[in-house]
Amino acid sequence: MEQDKLIISNKRFNSRLIVGTGKYRNMRECAKAIKLSGADIVTVAVRRVNITDKKKPLLMDFIDPKKITYLPNTAGCFNSEEALRTLRLAREIGGWKLVKLEVLGDKKNLFPEMIETLKSTEILTKEGFKVMVYCNDDPLMAKRLENVGAAAIMPLAAPIGSGLGIQNKVNIQIIRNQTRLPLIIDAGLGQASDATIAMELGCDGILVNTAIAKAKKPFEMAKAFKNAVIAGRQSFLSGRIEKKLMGSASSPNKGII
Amino acid sequence: MKKKIKIKIKINGKLSLIDDKTKLSVLIKNLKIPLKKVAIEMNNKIIDKKRLNKIYLKKNDKIEIVHFIGGG
Repeated sequence: MEQDKLIISNKRFNSRLIVGTGKYRNMRECAKAIKLSGADIVTVAVRRVNITDKKKPLLMDFIDPKKITYLPNTAGCFNSEEALRTLRLAREIGGWKLVKLEVLGDKKNLFPEMIETLKSTEILTKEGFKVMVYCNDDPLMAKRLENVGAAAIMPLAAPIGSGLGIQNKVNIQIIRNQTRLPLIIDAGLGQASDATIAMELGCDGILVNTAIAKAKKPFEMAKAFKNAVIAGRQSFLSGRIEKKLMGSASSPNKGII
Repeated sequence: MKKKIKIKIKINGKLSLIDDKTKLSVLIKNLKIPLKKVAIEMNNKIIDKKRLNKIYLKKNDKIEIVHFIGGG
């Protein structure tokens, strides 16, 4: 398993688990959960600096961007213009080119607005960004994203923050079979076993935030997700047995007394 | 002594009174903002952080200063 790295735009990462940095009680808790999860990549949001309260702690003081890859995310953007503005600003903060694009279409279900997403992916790619794209579990749309230069396909398992786990395994498998791009399940996972299922379907990684941050014991859940991703990947690489409808005894019949 | 003229600008959506002909670099310094950890936009255009001392603020300028925070 030594050589089994997650590769995104020629960058190699040891962990296949990407974690979000939102929804924690405080930054200390967030930083500790990330450490325990073993993640090499964390998603971050771009927001206004609080100019009246400068004592507020900064994310960078708790999570060192030299040690952990920051993945700027456009969460909260509802059209291409907002998403482009956010990521261009993110790049300006310190040269971030690997980004996560997330253009939402509905405030209640938080499903991605795929027309705007496709448009933004194309523009950002032309500007030199490496765009990891949050998208529907739609194989046709995934193909179109790939055609305009996406760096990774990130279909949802279920609505963001819903904790429902993968709702459409068939579509995820179809996308897996059609693309050689990194396939990362983003959004909707609720527990560690959901991550294992994603990895067993052949996904290259998973992204999780709420399931860890809002667990009763976030640190324990961070560890659980770490192990679940490793287990799922090993299981996938090991090649599962064929499914049968009949029983097949594990002990030999020869020598029965 | 000549009284300094004040101008109104917006910083992160909030109205602010500053001295006329203040350089953007001075504003950022006065706000005690760690330049390495932010990006700056002026009137919807991203500003190259190396050019801050070449830019003078004018009346009604809109400044946005952003950074990374926790997010999913």
